[in-house]
Amino acid sequence: MNPSITILYFASLGESLGVSEELFQLERTDTTIDDVKAELSQRGSQWQQQLSSPSLQCALNQKVADSTIRLTAGDELAFFPPVTGG
Amino acid sequence: MISVQHKDFDQNEEYEQLVCAGASGAIVTFVGRVRDFANNNKSFELQHYPGMTENVLEAIEQEATKRWSLLSSKIIHRVGKLKINDQIVFIGTSSAHRRDAFAACEYMIDILKTQAPFWKKQGGDWVAAQHSDQEAAQSWLKG
Repeated sequence: MNPSITILYFASLGESLGVSEELFQLERTDTTIDDVKAELSQRGSQWQQQLSSPSLQCALNQKVADSTIRLTAGDELAFFPPVTGG
Repeated sequence: MISVQHKDFDQNEEYEQLVCAGASGAIVTFVGRVRDFANNNKSFELQHYPGMTENVLEAIEQEATKRWSLLSSKIIHRVGKLKINDQIVFIGTSSAHRRDAFAACEYMIDILKTQAPFWKKQGGDWVAAQHSDQEAAQSWLKG
């Protein structure tokens, strides 16, 4: 079995994709966040549209991350829309 | 200190805790409340990213403490189901002189609004992020 990461989807993003959390298998050892986005985008037009949104934000292991970063087994990757607290 | 919590907070209690006897010449507090965004009194909910939220709030407080001379500070943010007029967020600062307390309080709420992973939902609609909030945060970050 390939190493896996956890992906979290928050707020409107999770709601429109119908998933808030999943285990995701890393096919290669040099997989980046952009690669994951590209693979997820192939799941359908909703995924493609949501993940290509310029306002989409992502965090790796609970820190805002650049999407060119490489992932390793056990990482927690989160995607979410712009925050609206306060 | 920071706290992410379901329960309400008491502003008077928080105010008292910010006071450093004999040293606090200024206390500034800010309270954010639930507005009736859609004017229809619908349900209101705050989602957050547990773990990351606390880390971001701690980082915001630490940065404020570096930038200004503070004696004490506190950030409280509520999550879960809330109602119109409920209190959502508390920011409190204590300093010897007013300028530090005012600036640090404004800085913390401005940065919180654009960096802390909270999302508001009213009725069935997720509240949209405001461009003006981004601008307010950027004005602090430009230095």
